Amino acid sequence: MNKTAAAKEKKTREPLFHIVKKSGIVWWKAWLIRIAAVIAALMVVAVITLVMTGQNPLEMYKAMLDGAVGNSTRTWNLLQDTALLLLVALAVTPAFKMRFWNIGAQGQVLAGVLATTACLRYFTDKLPTPLLFVVMILCAILAGAVWAVIPSIFKAYLNTNETLFTLMMNYIAINLVAFFCFRWSKNSGNDVIGLINRKSKVGWLPEIGGNKFLLIVLTVAVLTVVSFIYLKYSKHGYELSVVGESENTARYIGINVKSVVIRTVILSGAICGLAGFLLVSGVHHTMTTEVEGGRGFTAIIVSWMAHFNPFYMILTSFLIVFMEKGAIQVASSKNLQLDDNFSSIVIGIIILFIIGCEFFINYKIKFKSKNKEEEALKQ
Amino acid sequence: MDRIPAIELKNITKTFGKIVANHNVSLSVNRGEILAILGENGSGKTTLMNMISGIYFPDSGHILIDGEEVVIKSPKDSFDYGVGMIHQHFKLVDVLSAAENIVLGLKGKYNLKEASAEVSRIASQYGFEIDPAKKIYEMSVSEKQTVEIIKVLYRGADILILDEPTAVLTPQETSKLFAILRRMRDDGKAIVIITHKLHEVLSLSDRVAVLRKGEYICTLETKDATEASLTEAMVGKKVALNIDRAEPKDPEDRLVIKDLDCVNREGAKVLDDVTFTARSGEILGIAGIAGSGQRELLEAIAGLQHVQSGEIVYNDPKTGKVENLRDKTPMQIRQLGVRLSFVPEDRLGMGLVGNMDIIDNMMLRSYRKGKSAFLQRKEPRDLANEIIKSLEVVTPSASTPVRRLSGGNVQKVLVGREIASTPTVLMAAYPVRGLDINSSYMIYNLLNQQKENGVAVIFVGEDLDVLLELCDRILVIGSGKVTGLVNARTATKEEIGLLMTKSSAENEEGGANNE
Repeated sequence: MNKTAAAKEKKTREPLFHIVKKSGIVWWKAWLIRIAAVIAALMVVAVITLVMTGQNPLEMYKAMLDGAVGNSTRTWNLLQDTALLLLVALAVTPAFKMRFWNIGAQGQVLAGVLATTACLRYFTDKLPTPLLFVVMILCAILAGAVWAVIPSIFKAYLNTNETLFTLMMNYIAINLVAFFCFRWSKNSGNDVIGLINRKSKVGWLPEIGGNKFLLIVLTVAVLTVVSFIYLKYSKHGYELSVVGESENTARYIGINVKSVVIRTVILSGAICGLAGFLLVSGVHHTMTTEVEGGRGFTAIIVSWMAHFNPFYMILTSFLIVFMEKGAIQVASSKNLQLDDNFSSIVIGIIILFIIGCEFFINYKIKFKSKNKEEEALKQ
Repeated sequence: MDRIPAIELKNITKTFGKIVANHNVSLSVNRGEILAILGENGSGKTTLMNMISGIYFPDSGHILIDGEEVVIKSPKDSFDYGVGMIHQHFKLVDVLSAAENIVLGLKGKYNLKEASAEVSRIASQYGFEIDPAKKIYEMSVSEKQTVEIIKVLYRGADILILDEPTAVLTPQETSKLFAILRRMRDDGKAIVIITHKLHEVLSLSDRVAVLRKGEYICTLETKDATEASLTEAMVGKKVALNIDRAEPKDPEDRLVIKDLDCVNREGAKVLDDVTFTARSGEILGIAGIAGSGQRELLEAIAGLQHVQSGEIVYNDPKTGKVENLRDKTPMQIRQLGVRLSFVPEDRLGMGLVGNMDIIDNMMLRSYRKGKSAFLQRKEPRDLANEIIKSLEVVTPSASTPVRRLSGGNVQKVLVGREIASTPTVLMAAYPVRGLDINSSYMIYNLLNQQKENGVAVIFVGEDLDVLLELCDRILVIGSGKVTGLVNARTATKEEIGLLMTKSSAENEEGGANNE
């Protein structure tokens, strides 16, 4: 029989190597692998830079460093942007840990932005400044929470797909913001609101010791610690981990899965709303569709890369913002003839290496040839 | 017979870790014949067939097809030899039509019209009823099975293996399927059907091969076989296990189940008028073919399964109060002061959280204690260390994720936690499945201790030897109905085996005989 012969031949073919899951790894080995990955990425980028553009890669790295921490304003900017990204990452983390794929942080932040801007427009003259801040913060938090709770209710009761739902909510939020940019624009029709309370600076986040970045950084630092404690040491944090790991187990021990889902997603949205408040009151003092700056999506990478640990997220968000800042400088540096497309390639390669190295932390590769040698020895 | 068999297995052995799934199994099936493979759950029927269909690869032994030795490394190889397997769980794409599913993955020109015509031709040849354009999600279970069978026929299979094909069918659908299988046999195909239903074996097959605990027992000509002889071959002689069994001390009715009815998500009845009483200081065994409603029964008691009608009554030993647990959530049951412990079948998917460490898994039952919003890890840590010590759990530390532990140690952690809450009712589903001898005996001892402490223990098991030596009474269920309640000290394996395999039609008379 023909087919018999064909199948017989196949059996001699064996794969060259196979992949085995590691049962665990010492923490310092894991970090060694991660550091090695960064070094490898920098080397690959250097080679690519040389071959593709003929530019000196060391110049490029110098420009990156300069862009990120070249002077004290840049350094503070770096810290502030790290804090803002970290805050959104802290927001998405509880939901992600619960396996609720909330990709709607963008919309939830924008809801907070819209609420804060509305408060600034309508209450600046009507409320004393301290009360104005309280109202702004509460409204922003409420708006973010409302934006998040809608998909979560649908998820809990009708099991709709939260990924699509939160994504759609983003578009609604963007368009709402665009609409109000148009409604509230100074010269009607040009969609530019401009700095709100430019002269009086009412409703602008106060400076601490003459430093306008410090308050944001400190707020986020405190929230990072609170998040860590919430996730690791509170009953709520424990419940949401159980729900994320296994809904069956959660039900088995009597956790009300629906209420945990809704509660956690509200928390997620509320922190996003707070981020929206900080963006308007602390950074931009105006509203555009761009103020959110893509943080809602970048935050997902930050959170995942840190394995949902708030303290690791400080590192990952810093890394990403550092590279973004550096890339801007690379693109604008006169010594280098590189544009921002190339900077994006560089960032992409570095992130790919960092994410990719997790594979080597979790798995090892076993080569077949070794086994064959062993077998030969036995015989 | 000097014909060359379509498939011949010689000394096939397959092990998974320490568990031997098949040991030295040899059997054969001819063309123009229906061979039934009969055996209890875990006797290795499906594993054996999976080696012919390329899902597993045997550790040792030979497979011969048409007299030639072959190596089957993948389902594709198996197809190339003309072997087609219809699995218990269908592998179809819901949003595609029958014809699309059938041609899916085939090389060559994609011509749905020709395919549909061919499907219709096969259907009319053997008497299937099928609409090639109908989408899978619109189909009934039996229609889906038809698609699976035609799929393998379309690919030219002339050796068909069906894994418990009637488990999901109504009696009418079953007889229709059997008529088709007979027609295929007459057409010269070799057919293997895996089953544990005796009457199906007797009415359909030409020969029957019996497996028991992975071992090949015998092959009988169906015409020479009777229900009694098949049962004896299937369950075997009683094996002495020397499990201690004390007499129950002052048994009281602890849990009274009355006329319990449940339906599953597909709307099929999974529990039908189940009535029994679990007493304190006693181990009540539940025997039955897997999937006869054991899981639903325990989950209904634990508040995890919706109950259609009936009562679940709990008599509180302390207060003497009588509570109906029906329609209560696990939380509400606990708030009533009912100390109900449950070791579910799915240890890592329900009883424990695989990615959490032993301490955090201990906390599952106790974390709500106290008004503080924060967790108290001291008590769970002490409990974890105590269980590791007293039950000899092999683990690097109490902070090792439980999924890294071996099956026996996972079970010790789970049983240890459930016992630690000093239950009044302890339900355990297949608590020794996959465990080695030592761990199994440790679990038996733990259950016995609980019994001596006056706990009402409900033990769902699959090994009849164990059930007969460990339990005081054994409740037998078949297709969601109680088919018998026997005294474990006097019952025989054959008696239970027969009760387990009773079809629902026979229940009425069978139950009456048994009282």
